[in-house]
Amino acid sequence: MKHKTFFWFIMPSLAAMLLFIAMPLVSVAIQSLFVEHDQVLVEVENCTPFKCESSVAVDQEATAALREERPLGQFNALGTYTNRSHLAFAEVREAWNASGSLYDFGAQLMNLPFYKALAFTITYTAVVTPFVIVLGLAIALGVNALPQLVKGPTIFCSLLPMIVTPLIGSLILFWMVDADGILGAALQRIFDDDQLSLKASHSLTWIMLIVYGIWHSAPFSFIVFYAGLQTVPQETLEAAQIDGATRWQRVRYVVVPYMTPLVVFITLMQLMDNFRVFEPIVGFSASAKATSLSWIIFNDLRGGDIQLFGSAAATSLLTILGVIVLLMPVLIRTWQEFGRKVV
Amino acid sequence: MASVAQRRSPGLIFFSTAFIVFWLMIATGPFIWTVWGSFKVQGDFFSKTDWRYALYGVRTITETGDAFTGNGYFGAWIQQEFWRNAFNTVIVVTFTVIISLTMGTLGGYALARSGFRYAFWLLMAALVFRAMPHITLVSGYLLPFFEWNLWGHLPTTIIVLVAINQPFTLWMLHSFFLNIPKDMDESALVDGCTRLQAFRHVIIPVMWPGVITTGLFSFLLAYNDFAVTSVLLSQENQTMVPKIASFLGTVRQQGQVMFAVAAVVSAMVPLFFLVLFFQRQIVSGLTTGAVKG
Repeated sequence: MKHKTFFWFIMPSLAAMLLFIAMPLVSVAIQSLFVEHDQVLVEVENCTPFKCESSVAVDQEATAALREERPLGQFNALGTYTNRSHLAFAEVREAWNASGSLYDFGAQLMNLPFYKALAFTITYTAVVTPFVIVLGLAIALGVNALPQLVKGPTIFCSLLPMIVTPLIGSLILFWMVDADGILGAALQRIFDDDQLSLKASHSLTWIMLIVYGIWHSAPFSFIVFYAGLQTVPQETLEAAQIDGATRWQRVRYVVVPYMTPLVVFITLMQLMDNFRVFEPIVGFSASAKATSLSWIIFNDLRGGDIQLFGSAAATSLLTILGVIVLLMPVLIRTWQEFGRKVV
Repeated sequence: MASVAQRRSPGLIFFSTAFIVFWLMIATGPFIWTVWGSFKVQGDFFSKTDWRYALYGVRTITETGDAFTGNGYFGAWIQQEFWRNAFNTVIVVTFTVIISLTMGTLGGYALARSGFRYAFWLLMAALVFRAMPHITLVSGYLLPFFEWNLWGHLPTTIIVLVAINQPFTLWMLHSFFLNIPKDMDESALVDGCTRLQAFRHVIIPVMWPGVITTGLFSFLLAYNDFAVTSVLLSQENQTMVPKIASFLGTVRQQGQVMFAVAAVVSAMVPLFFLVLFFQRQIVSGLTTGAVKG
């Protein structure tokens, strides 16, 4: 295909990606260097017949005018990155010096919003991904052994948790495990504790969100593995059997190696998707106990009266950095493979 | 054809079937429970006394005289005007799918037929873009959109969703077009067609299976989105998903939570039918990327 034709064909989607994905990244980078204006303060003299008092008041008009004039805010260089709600260098140093043990240090870090969110995001990603892979493979093996007739309906039912809107799926589970919901009430009865609530404890909230994550993503890995199972050659399996391999050995040494490329693929997709975990925190109203990087960005934009563009942008950039670190191995591998192909 | 040697032991069959049945209960149980419960009153669906109230609708009978009630749906759709949000969702989803497929087929076709190095780099860039959490992009849009008075309108959101959708659409259609033999359009070129004519007369007639599958995923992305729609749409233009989220804050009073439950079930129904009719396409779409590597 000629360069010119290629260009015309790709132009619409390239333009869309440049305008709405590449440009926002630039805009995020710029915004993160600025911070909202301080309110303009004026000294007002209130005179009563007896004496005059001067007090400081906010000049609403001047503040609004200043915001209007320079919507970006004032230049703050890297100040936003190092303040308490982001990397918090000063606080971390202080905690490091003050804390006696590593555990203590960790506990103090968890008081800082950025590190709290980072900790949950990484834990969520690191726990959900392997569970999804193992559970998905188990379901795929189970479904593969079912009679042909019931396979279709089984796949249909299995797809539902993944297809359903994340916010809706998490709400449905939340209503069940909430104190008045069927599971929540059942748990209260089992442990004979009227006050028991999954929302009240840090670790239970985390577990609840992680269970949701596994429930939501398992169908994806199931479908991929199930399709992969159809491509495992029967001859190899039979050969292994003739050589005396047990069923478990056949799964371990024949099926699993065939699945390895799929595991790489699922891991990649899951890392990307789990790292942006966001909706379940809204759905489970879990933000008091667990926050994610995406959630704190959302909270800066929608949470308060004033939108903290600078703060949201700084967190966004740090998140993007995290994504790039996460994808690095894949990018390097693809680049090497491509190099080999061309040479 | 399972040979005698491959037949499983009864124990194994029992174990694997039990596991699948258990999984199906986990996968579908919550949905069945919520759909059933949405026709009850709050006292039944969130019953402190006895969970079986939700099955038989004990309080529902005392409060409304019947075991099933449509009060939640009436409240959500009529009183809270959920139909407006449903209508907005229809607009956003329809246009997002149409526009992103149009752009995606052209781009994907070009990527599949170009052997140049930059085609590869474009695909890699698309992969990185695909990994960006949507909310980070949204935080970049917000300030410029406010400044240019673009914030809050449906068309803005549609364009943004199309753009966010592009990396995925490009990858998927690119691999579908790779499956269409090169000889087809090349012989058309030899016969004197231009690229566009070859695309129009040779590729378009055979591309529909791939386009439909990709369209399903564009649909899902636009329909399920919360990060973009909740931040970029004004109150009156909200689609269903952000509206449900704002329901949560406002309807906690007695009897009102059922509005949210009804809204959730209503928003689930289209997805249910989508899987029902397009199960095969969804499965093949999920695995395209995997098989290609």
